[in-house]
Amino acid sequence: MRIIADTEACASSGMCALTAPEYFDQDDEDGRVVLLAEEAEDCDDEVADAVRLCPASALRLES
Amino acid sequence: MSTPDTAETEAPYGIPLERDHPFDPPAAVMALHRGSEMRRMRYYPEGRLGWLVTSHRLARKVLADTRFSSTLGGPAQVPIPMPGLEAYLDFEGDFPLTPGMFIEMDPPDHTRLRRKLTGVFTVKRMKQLEPRIAAHVQDRLDALAAGPKPADLVAEFAVPVPAMMICELLGVPYDQRERFEADSRAIFTTDATGEGKQAAMLNLFAFIGELAAAKRANPTDDVLSDLAADPELRDEEVAGMAILLLVAGHETTAKMLGLGTMALLENRDQWELLRARPELMAGGVEELLRYLTIIHTGLIRQVKEDMEFEGHQIKAREYVTVSVQTANRDEAHFIEPEKLDVTGDAKGHLTFGHGVHQCLGQQLARMEMRIAFAGLIERFPGLRLAVPAAEVPLVTGESFYGVAELPVTW
Repeated sequence: MRIIADTEACASSGMCALTAPEYFDQDDEDGRVVLLAEEAEDCDDEVADAVRLCPASALRLES
Repeated sequence: MSTPDTAETEAPYGIPLERDHPFDPPAAVMALHRGSEMRRMRYYPEGRLGWLVTSHRLARKVLADTRFSSTLGGPAQVPIPMPGLEAYLDFEGDFPLTPGMFIEMDPPDHTRLRRKLTGVFTVKRMKQLEPRIAAHVQDRLDALAAGPKPADLVAEFAVPVPAMMICELLGVPYDQRERFEADSRAIFTTDATGEGKQAAMLNLFAFIGELAAAKRANPTDDVLSDLAADPELRDEEVAGMAILLLVAGHETTAKMLGLGTMALLENRDQWELLRARPELMAGGVEELLRYLTIIHTGLIRQVKEDMEFEGHQIKAREYVTVSVQTANRDEAHFIEPEKLDVTGDAKGHLTFGHGVHQCLGQQLARMEMRIAFAGLIERFPGLRLAVPAAEVPLVTGESFYGVAELPVTW
């Protein structure tokens, strides 16, 4: 699965970096999402949780 | 001749506040939640019709949709009694915005101001802050241990720990707290009569404005100095933003630490679980946030234009209250939501809100709670209430639910 992040929509809540720290980090200046990996395993629950929990709907997965 | 819609005649008047149990939402609110996901509700002070959203599914949907505006407009409407609001009944426009208070703004204004602060509250920055939080927690635990028994955990621990931390982060001298503590509290009371809240806000603007000017001349390593040095921010915006952080950082975590400790003491097996298995703490904090939902009056939005939502016709200027306490007890989303279970999965709770306004300080709050509860359990494993639980005074009439005092001994 490809991880797609919309940095314009990002609200810098940090939910993704908290939930799946191997895949997501935050920009030092404004806390917006920084992808640490572009691809996730289909069965990775942490990434799926991060996508679901994003308050700004800024993350999605594409197969 | 038309008869009034039954949904309107049966609309409840505001959100019930009366509780049978200190940790559970009022039974009357839960009954509304079981009845439907979304319904008509009458608002104080004059009974205007608006909406109440109670399910987790719709709460998320409303909070993620910016057509539900955070900029509230007149006439004044609130979901709980607030004496003095009658004075604003004739007011028809949007209420004047307090400069810098981005919590009341919509994008793009909200985005512009919030992004000035989001770099300060990242997960990474909070990890760097861990030793400082731990130092404040230790300081208060030492004071508790050295002081008399029984002690009030609210005054001695729950209030000072987050207050010391937000002051340090902002660069507001904690030893000058008599200049802002009473005013910070006044902002969250439900008494809108007279000039109480306005005077409190003016005092805070004067105090923080003065401090910001000093920081501009002699910057130190803190948030207020950074804001004061930002050429894109007006002076009153700097003050408003700093005040927002100061008051939000004081009351919320303090209420969670007080009520959360009581919940763990009254569910002793959960206290013992966290004591035996400290690795459960991160999940335990999420569960306490979900289970206790201190934002008991919900999150309020206003619709600016007529719209259709979930089969309902919502009219311009109608208010919508999102009941977070029922969403966090929604059986469609959580397993056995009526139980406090620190091993459970509380992910997706809405205590920090949802959407672009989701709590800016949530990562700080999480870190503070993890360190504070862990420190308390480790230092005072035999902590217990010093009075019967029924005698612990509850705070039900303010924006944040909690305990006014928590007499404990060990």
